[in-house]
Amino acid sequence: MLVAGSQCCPPGLEERLGCGALRGEEDRGIAVPPQLGRGPSAFIPAEEILQEGIESSRRQLLIEAFVSAGRVDNITMVMGLHPQYLSSFWKTQYLLLRMDGPLPYHKRHYIAIMAAARHQCTYLVGLHMGEFLQAGGNPAWLQGLHCAPQKLRNLNEINKLLAHRPWLITKEHIEALLKTGEHSWSLAELVQALVLLTHYHSLASFVFGCGINPEAGQDGGHGCRPPSPHSDSSPTAEDSTGCSGGRDAVREVEALMERMQLLRDSQREEEGVTQEEMATRFEMEKTESLLVAPSDVTEHALQSGVLCFVEDPEFGYKDFTRRGEQAPPTFRAQDYTWEDHGFSLINRLYPDVGQLLDEKFQVVYNLTYNTIAMHCGVDTSMLRRAIWNYVHCVFGIRYDDYDYGEVNQLLERSLKVYIKTVACYPEKTTKRMYAQFWRHFKHSEKVHVNLLLLEARLQAALLYALRAVTRYMT
Amino acid sequence: MGAAWLGAWPEEWAWPGEGAWLDTALSSLSVAPEGAGLSGSGRGVGRRGLRGSCSRRGCGTRGDGRLRGVNPWYQVSFGLSASHAVDANPEHPGAVPTPGPALAEGTRGGRWGLDAACGAASLRARSQRVDPAPRTAMEKMARVSTALGGNTLTGRTMFCHLDAPANAISVCRDAAQVVVAGRNIFKIYSIEEEQFVEKLNLRVGRKPSLNFSCADVVWHQMDENLLATAATNGVVVTWNLGKPSRNKQDQLFTEHKRTVNKVCFHPTEVYMLLSGSQDGYMKCFDLRKKDSVSTFSGQSESVRDVQFSIRDYFTFAATFENGNVQLWDIRRPDRYERMFTAHNGPVFCCDWHPEDRGWLATGGRDKMVKVWDMNTTRAKEIYCVQTIASVARVKWRPECKHHIATCSMMVDHNIYVWDVRRPFIPSAMFEEHKDVTTGIVWRHLHDPYFLLSGSKDSTLYQHIFKDASQPIDRANPEGLCYSLYGDLAFAAKESLISSDSNRKPYIGDRRHPIFFKRKLDPTEQFEYISSSSALSVFETDVESGSMDWFVHTAKQYALAGRPLAELCDHNAKVAKGLDRNQVAQTWTMLRIIYSSLGTVSSTNLNHSMGKGSTTLPLMNSFNLKDIPSGLGSESRLDRSKGESRTENILMDSSSTLINNEDNEETEGSDVPADYLLGDVEADEDDLYMMDHENPHAEEQEYSLPQEAFPLRHEIVDNPSALDHLQDKADSPHVSGNEAETVSLTPVESFSLISISHSLYENRLPSDFFNPIVRDTLLFYAEQGDVQTAVSVLIVLGDRIRKEIDEQTQEHWYTSYIDLLQRFQLWNISNEVIKLSTCRAINCLNQASTTLHINCSNCKRPMSNRGWICDRCRQCASMCAVCHHVVKGLFVWCQGCSHGGHLQHIMKWLETSSHCPAGCGHLCEYT
Repeated sequence: MLVAGSQCCPPGLEERLGCGALRGEEDRGIAVPPQLGRGPSAFIPAEEILQEGIESSRRQLLIEAFVSAGRVDNITMVMGLHPQYLSSFWKTQYLLLRMDGPLPYHKRHYIAIMAAARHQCTYLVGLHMGEFLQAGGNPAWLQGLHCAPQKLRNLNEINKLLAHRPWLITKEHIEALLKTGEHSWSLAELVQALVLLTHYHSLASFVFGCGINPEAGQDGGHGCRPPSPHSDSSPTAEDSTGCSGGRDAVREVEALMERMQLLRDSQREEEGVTQEEMATRFEMEKTESLLVAPSDVTEHALQSGVLCFVEDPEFGYKDFTRRGEQAPPTFRAQDYTWEDHGFSLINRLYPDVGQLLDEKFQVVYNLTYNTIAMHCGVDTSMLRRAIWNYVHCVFGIRYDDYDYGEVNQLLERSLKVYIKTVACYPEKTTKRMYAQFWRHFKHSEKVHVNLLLLEARLQAALLYALRAVTRYMT
Repeated sequence: MGAAWLGAWPEEWAWPGEGAWLDTALSSLSVAPEGAGLSGSGRGVGRRGLRGSCSRRGCGTRGDGRLRGVNPWYQVSFGLSASHAVDANPEHPGAVPTPGPALAEGTRGGRWGLDAACGAASLRARSQRVDPAPRTAMEKMARVSTALGGNTLTGRTMFCHLDAPANAISVCRDAAQVVVAGRNIFKIYSIEEEQFVEKLNLRVGRKPSLNFSCADVVWHQMDENLLATAATNGVVVTWNLGKPSRNKQDQLFTEHKRTVNKVCFHPTEVYMLLSGSQDGYMKCFDLRKKDSVSTFSGQSESVRDVQFSIRDYFTFAATFENGNVQLWDIRRPDRYERMFTAHNGPVFCCDWHPEDRGWLATGGRDKMVKVWDMNTTRAKEIYCVQTIASVARVKWRPECKHHIATCSMMVDHNIYVWDVRRPFIPSAMFEEHKDVTTGIVWRHLHDPYFLLSGSKDSTLYQHIFKDASQPIDRANPEGLCYSLYGDLAFAAKESLISSDSNRKPYIGDRRHPIFFKRKLDPTEQFEYISSSSALSVFETDVESGSMDWFVHTAKQYALAGRPLAELCDHNAKVAKGLDRNQVAQTWTMLRIIYSSLGTVSSTNLNHSMGKGSTTLPLMNSFNLKDIPSGLGSESRLDRSKGESRTENILMDSSSTLINNEDNEETEGSDVPADYLLGDVEADEDDLYMMDHENPHAEEQEYSLPQEAFPLRHEIVDNPSALDHLQDKADSPHVSGNEAETVSLTPVESFSLISISHSLYENRLPSDFFNPIVRDTLLFYAEQGDVQTAVSVLIVLGDRIRKEIDEQTQEHWYTSYIDLLQRFQLWNISNEVIKLSTCRAINCLNQASTTLHINCSNCKRPMSNRGWICDRCRQCASMCAVCHHVVKGLFVWCQGCSHGGHLQHIMKWLETSSHCPAGCGHLCEYT
C-alpha cells in the first residue's frame, strides 16, 4: 500500500507568521504617515490590489513568495496583478539573492543597496539593509560606501554609469575591475554584480513608477519618507484620476484604438517611406525624448540616509544626443541582441540566471490579456512593442526593422513623459504623471506598462554592460 | 584553447557512479593547482608547440585513439593530458619535465582525467617524437592544389581586411569569387592565387540605406549573376551582376515586418528564393514576380534559418527561436509537414547533408550540434556534438561524409571541423580570427580543403586544411577511471603500453582485448596510421573491494534518539561486528570522553575496554610505541614520494590495500605497501601527544602515570605480538585485516589513559578533548571514510560542531549522502539529511517536495487542492469505507487501487481481507 499526502495549505505557514519579526513590528504600530494612505501603493487604491476573490493561481504565488521570503512585500503585492510575470520575477530574484552564486550573500544585498541608492530609492535601500544584516553583513558598512571594502567601492563607477548613462560603459571599465590585484573581481562575480545592479536599478524604476509604499514597520532609520518625494505634491491629481475622468478619457482610448487599426492597415501599403525617413524618425524620437523631460526638475533635497551609499550624486541621466557632448554611435539592436549574444555570454559566466532572464523577458514581452481599457479582444502587440522600443530608444538602442513613427502615433505625450521619467530618473516620478496618462485605463494595465518598462530598461542596461564584457573578452 | 577544451571534456570519463569516491577519497590531493597551471599554459605556449607539431604530421605517427564498441560499463574516452606541455616546448626537445603528479582535472564535477603514471609514461614516449626543427613560414605557406575533375583549385591560407565587420559570406559557383555582406559592407572579392582582390562594391549611392545593412547573403548556385541579401530592416533584395549600371540592385521585397534572418535560393530552380524572418514568417519569392508566391507561418517565434533540401525538390527546413525545426513542402503553405524540438533555446542554423539525403545538421544556443536522420517517420538524433559556445553556423564538409564545420556566436572565435562520430574533440580547427566568426563556407562544392570565413574582426580568410591545427595533437589519448566498486579502467594507445619496458606483467591485470583498427578514410588528407588503443581493466579483489561493510554500517548505525552513551555503544558494537576495530574503538573513546562525565561507573568502563581489546592483551600498547616508530620514519619517507598516488586509492584501510597494490604494480613504482602503517602512525602521534599532556596536567594531584606504567614487564610475557608485528613490517603483502589489527594497538594505549583519566575527568572542561576528536574526524575523512566522520558528527552534535568549519562539514555531508544514494540507501540518506545541522544540507530534502497527482477520473493533473478536480468537478479521492473525501493521508491498494483514510482501511482489513469497495480484490496491508 502506498500513502499519498493530499495537497493543502502550505505547512508551517502559521509558525512563520509568528516569527516574522517585521510582522511583529507592524503590530506595535509604527506610525505610517497619513497621506500615504494604506495599501501597497500610493498611486493605486488598495482595493484594486487586495481584491477579495483573487484567483487561486495568484494566491498560490503570494503564498509561495511568502513562504520563501517570510513576507510578502508591497512590490510583490503590486506585481501580483500579473501573476504570470510575478512567478518569473520571483524565480530570478530568488536565484540572484539566495541561490548559489559567485558572490557571498551579504555582498549581494550590499550591491542591491548601492544600486537602489543611485535612484534614492529608500524603500529598496531600507529593505536590503535589513537583509544585509540578516545575511551576516558587517553593520559598519551601512554607515556608507566609504566604510565598505575597496572591492565594492570599485563597483561604484560602473554602478553610476549603469544607472544613468549605460551607453558610456566601455571595456576599459570592465578591465579596470578585473585587473588582477588585491581588490579585483572575477569575471563570474562581476557578471553577477552587473545583473544585480541592473536588476535593482530597474526595480527602483518600478518602485517609483507604481508609487510603492514603504513596508509597514520599515522605517530604515530614515523617518517615514515616502519613496517618491513628489507623491504628495499634487493633491489635485486625485480628482482628475478615477474612471470619472470623463468623456475625454474615453475618447482618448477610442482614438488610440483607431490609430492602431490605421497603422495596421497602412503597414501593407506604406512602402514609399525611404530609409532616410526611417532614420530621421528614430533621431526625431530620440531628440524629442529630450523635450518630454519632466518640467518640474527642481533639485530636491537629497536624503542623507541614502546619500551615504552614493558617490558623485550629481551624475544623472543625460541625453546622449544633446549637442556639445560627443554623442556615441547609436546602438544597433541587431548587432548585439539579448537572444543571440547577451544570453550566450551570460549563460557562460553565470549559467542559471541566463535562462531565467530569458524566460522573464519573454514572459513580459508576450504578456497580454488582449484588452485595452474597456475593450476586449484587442491585439496589443503593437502597443507593447512601441513601449518596449521607446524605452530602448531612450537608451539609444535602435531597431532597424522598426518604424519609430509608430511610437509617435501610439504613445501620447503624457505617457512618453511618464516612461521617460520612470526609465531615466525614476526619483522624479510624481503621482500626477501617473494619473495623467491613459486616464481611462485600469490600474493593472498601468502596472503592466511599468513591467514592460522595468524589463526593457533592464535589458537595455544589461546589453550595454554585456557588450562591454564581450569586448573585453575579445 | 587548451584550457577551454579541458573544461569541455567528454562526459564519458566517469564511471557510472565513481564521483563520490573520488571526491572523498581524493579530497586531500593537490591536483587543482596543477590542473590550473596546465590550462593556463595551454594558451600561451601551446600555439608555438602546435606549429612545431605540424611538421610531424607528414610522418603520420599519430595515434587516433579511437575507442568504441566497448562494453558500456568500461567505456572510457580520451582527454587532454599534461603531456602537451612537452609539445609546447619545441626549443628544448630533449627536456623531459619531471613527472610530477600529472593530473588533469576535468572541470566539470571534479572528474578525473589522467593518472600520474600514465602521464609520466606518455611524457617519456612523447618527448622522443618532438621534432626539433620548427616549421618555417615558407613551408607553411606551401601551395596546395587538388584536382577536381579538370578544375584545379590552388591557393594558400590568406586573408584580407574588410572595411567593416562581416555578417555573412557566400561563394560563387565557380569558386573564384566570394561576396561579403555586413551592416556596412557589401563587396565581391575574387579569390586569386596569393590574395583576395576586391572586384565590386555593391553599396552604391551616397546615402546609406538600411536595405544595404545585410544580415545574410546568398549567391545563386545556378546563375552566377544572381545574389540575394536579407536586410536587418526586413527587406529582401536581389542583385543582378549582369546589369550594366553601377547599381546592381534588382528587386526589392518589403513584405517582412521584422528583420530577415536568412535567405536561400533553391538549389536547382533559378527563380525561387526563400526567406525567413524575425516576424515568424517564411516567404517564397518567384523572382519573375513582384510579390511573394507563398507565405508560410511557423506559428511561433522568429525563424532563424531556412534551407532547401538538396535532394527533395519540394522540401525545406526552417529552424526557430523556440528550439523547433519544421519541415515544409513548398506546395503546401497552410501547414508544415512535420515538426520536432531539436534544441533547448534557439536553433541558429541548419544544413542538409550534401550526399545523405536524410541528414540534417542543426546548431543551437545550447552549444550543441545535432545531426538528425529524417528518413524515419520520427526525426532521430544520430549524432550530437557538444561545443563550448552557442553554435552560429554549421556547414557539412564536401566529400567527407561525417565532417562538419562550425563556428560560434559568442566568445569563441575559432572555426572547428568535427567528425560527428567523434564528438569530443574537433578533428581540425582554424584559429586565425580575432573576433567571432560570422560566416563560413566551403569554397567549392566538391573540394574539402578550402574554407572561407568572414568575421566581426573585419577580415576575410581563406583557410587551407593543411594549415589547420589539430587538437588531437595536444590531446593525450589516455584515460583512467574508477568504478564504484574499486575497479580501475585504464586506456591508452597500444603502442605506449607495449613499449613501456618498465611494466611488469601483473596477474590481476585482466586486460580486455578490445583493440580497434580504424579503417583509413581515403578522403582524409592526414593519415591516421597508428590508431589502436588498449583498454585495461583492473578488477579489485571481490573481498577487499566489497563495500558491504559500508552498507551494513550505514544500515545499523544509530544516530539519534537515544542518549549519547547508548548511541556510541551501539555503534561501537556495529563496527566491531564488521571487524572494524579501529572505528569501534573510536566510538568507545567518544563515549568515554563525552558521556562518562560523572555518570559512567568505572566497571562500565572496564567492560567496554575489555570489549574493545579482546584481540590483544592490554599491555601491548606500550611496547608497540617503540616498534612503530621505526615503521613510522619509513612510511613518512614513502609518503613524501607517493602520497598523491597512494592516497587517492586509499578509501578505507581495510578495503583498498590490495587495490592499491595493483596500482603500484602497474605503475612500476617501488612504493612499499606498508605505507598504511604510516598513516596510522600519524594518528598515533596525536594520541601520544595527548598521552603526554594528560598525565602532566594531573600529575600533581594524582600519581596516575606511575600506576599505569609499571606493567611494562608483561611485554616479555607476550613476545608473540612483537614477532607478529615485525613479520608484517617485512612482508610486502600485508592483508588488510592484519594491517588493521596493527593499527589498532596504539589506540589501546589511549583507552588506557582515558580510563585512568575517568577518575579525574570531572575537573576537565567538557570540550577539553575537542581538538583531538576533531583531528580524529579529519583523519577518517581524509582516509575516505566519511561515514565515520559524519556519523560521529551527528551523534556528538553541538559538542563538536563548532570545532569544524562549516564548509568541511558540508563537504562531508554531501559526500556521505552522495555515497548513500549510490548504494540506494535512500532512507538512511534522508535521515542523515534530517539530522544534519548544516543549513545547506538541511534544505536538500526541502527542495522539490511537490507531489503531483492526477485526478482519478479524468487523468488530468490536479491543480491546487488534492481532493477536488477542477476539471471534472468531482472529488478525486474518496474513502472506500466512509465515502467521504480524504483530505489527509490517503492509503490505497496497489492491486485494485481502492483506498481511503488510513484509519478506516486499517480497521476494515482487520476484519475482512476483501477490498472495502467491494471489487472482490484481496487487499494486502503491510
